[in-house]
Amino acid sequence: MNALAAAESTKVGNSTVNILIFAAFVLVTLAIVIRASRNNSTAADYYAGGRAFTGRQNGIAISGDYLSAASFLGIAGAIAVNGYDGFLYSIGFLVAWLVALLLVAELLRNTGRFTMADVLSFRLRQRPVRTAAAVSTLAVSFFYLLAQMAGAGGLVALLLGIDGKAAQSVVIAVVGVIMVFYVLVGGMKGTTWVQIVKAALLIVGAAAMTVWVLGKYGMNMSDLLQGAVDNSKSGTDVLGPGLQYGKDSTTKLDFVSLGLALVLGTAGLPHVLMRFYTVPSAKEARNSVVWAIWLIGIFYLFTLVLGYGAAALVGPDKILAAPGKVNSAAPLLAYELGGEVLLGVISAVAFATILAVVAGLTITASASFAHDIYANVIKKGTVDSAGEVRVARITALVIGVIAIVGGIFANGQNVAFLVALAFAIAASANLPTILYSLFWRRFNTRGALWSMYGGLGCALILIIFSPVVSGKVDKAGKATSMITDTSIDFHWFPLDNPGIVSIPVGFFLGWLGTVTSKEKSDDAKFAEMEVRSLTGAGAEKAVEH
Amino acid sequence: MSSGSELPADAAQGYLRVEQSPEFKDLRSRFRRFVFPMTAVFLIWYFAYVLLGAYAHDFMAHKLFGNITVGLVLGLLQFVSTFAITMIYVRWANRVFDPAAEKLAASVGLTEHEGGEQR
Repeated sequence: MNALAAAESTKVGNSTVNILIFAAFVLVTLAIVIRASRNNSTAADYYAGGRAFTGRQNGIAISGDYLSAASFLGIAGAIAVNGYDGFLYSIGFLVAWLVALLLVAELLRNTGRFTMADVLSFRLRQRPVRTAAAVSTLAVSFFYLLAQMAGAGGLVALLLGIDGKAAQSVVIAVVGVIMVFYVLVGGMKGTTWVQIVKAALLIVGAAAMTVWVLGKYGMNMSDLLQGAVDNSKSGTDVLGPGLQYGKDSTTKLDFVSLGLALVLGTAGLPHVLMRFYTVPSAKEARNSVVWAIWLIGIFYLFTLVLGYGAAALVGPDKILAAPGKVNSAAPLLAYELGGEVLLGVISAVAFATILAVVAGLTITASASFAHDIYANVIKKGTVDSAGEVRVARITALVIGVIAIVGGIFANGQNVAFLVALAFAIAASANLPTILYSLFWRRFNTRGALWSMYGGLGCALILIIFSPVVSGKVDKAGKATSMITDTSIDFHWFPLDNPGIVSIPVGFFLGWLGTVTSKEKSDDAKFAEMEVRSLTGAGAEKAVEH
Repeated sequence: MSSGSELPADAAQGYLRVEQSPEFKDLRSRFRRFVFPMTAVFLIWYFAYVLLGAYAHDFMAHKLFGNITVGLVLGLLQFVSTFAITMIYVRWANRVFDPAAEKLAASVGLTEHEGGEQR
């Protein structure tokens, strides 16, 4: 049995094939990035790709950005091991896009230039609001980035058979260097093309595997599910909810909290919001979201088949015994179906996923620092666009170094909470402020500061004192928290995900700050914002080259 | 800077005048009358599903035919409703909202107010 041998050894497949396919991907994308970098002179070029992408291109790039390793390897693995509960994740990730489509994307495109802070500070006091928005952007991007970098170590360990910590650190450093190169040279244009290539590879690869799996069961979903049931210790329980989150009332509430953070977090993720500025108009921003919804939705339907397919064809026990544990479900399924070559292709896609997502996060964080903090807070808008881009490039370099060091430090740690934290901060700090400033005339500076710092602080504190950081043990008494020393336990917040508390707190503080402040809203600026956001009058145009 | 700096007084007056006009108020209420109820619908439907997933295990695990459970069908219906709302919104925006917004922007001469990148 090939699969059994694969699960028993520390690696799967042929490292040489995997490395060759990785190298081919990196070379192709580097060529694209260098080609795309020829017109990268102004801030609009560097941050927003000259606003010249079509809605379809941007939609594909958004799905490339959004379908991170967590949603490809993570969801397929969660379904393979926990059955239906894994499926619930993907629904939250998808429905969230309706918030972006209906309430945020077009209005944001019409009012801002490069960053989320452009919209939030539009009619409020510039410097404090921009600073708060940049702090929140950097926090979300940093946690998201760290999770991806740490994930790269584990993934490469599985795919290349690199076991030693030192060798894995080298791999993390290589990921960081390539990513910084994409961002420095390619700017938003290069980064977007990397995401487009990656999204296409990922979706085509998943589609091929889906058809292959269904073909093995005569295109009958029910038979495939039977295969998963037969292979699982939990039997028919894999077909309904509860395996992962159904244990007691705390885990059930945790699930509701996660559902809330997922559906409200997406429309507040800075690296997603920034993508809306890469298209020439609000109509194209709308088309981007429509493309993204279709691609992401169809992809999650594939992961449903792949997850149950991995359970049926590979089996949960073998998946959990493999080096990457839950995350190895999709690669092991690829190996089972198509041997070394398909495994190599799927692994390269997963690797590409990390590179592309990390590059997108880096450009967002560097834009936020250079545009919001440096150009508008420190230099008060007196810096020219070339100077701003220079600072953005330096920031990207610094972020690259932080990401490499942080990734090496976090390698092997339980980092899933970092992504949950990023979503919770986005939903608690960013979304209330965005919605209030777009739709509530009275909203003012104090309201914005309270909702952003309050939502951010609340989410951070609850996470620090939650079981994901300390005090969680599994049935065998082994620690499953970030702090693995079971004698250290300072948690008092019962839930893993803070969303159910921190999101209402963010909305409440935004309201409270507003009504307790004597600051009068600027009617002329609100009029400008309303008219611009709805009619597109005065919106930023595409760059003509 | 398009955002942040003070507008020339006549431009600010222009935006205020447009915002106060019945045509703009009509456009805004049309937009809100569409997106707010739609948002309420999908959020209620989504949370109903999440709560069923968290608290109604037996109902969700009930098999309808073969191994296809109620939970699977409801989950797939979330995909269907998301795709459907997307299509309904785009159709409405392209046919109703965009023409009205463009007409308003043109009629008040705001289309080329500032905009464009300074190069």
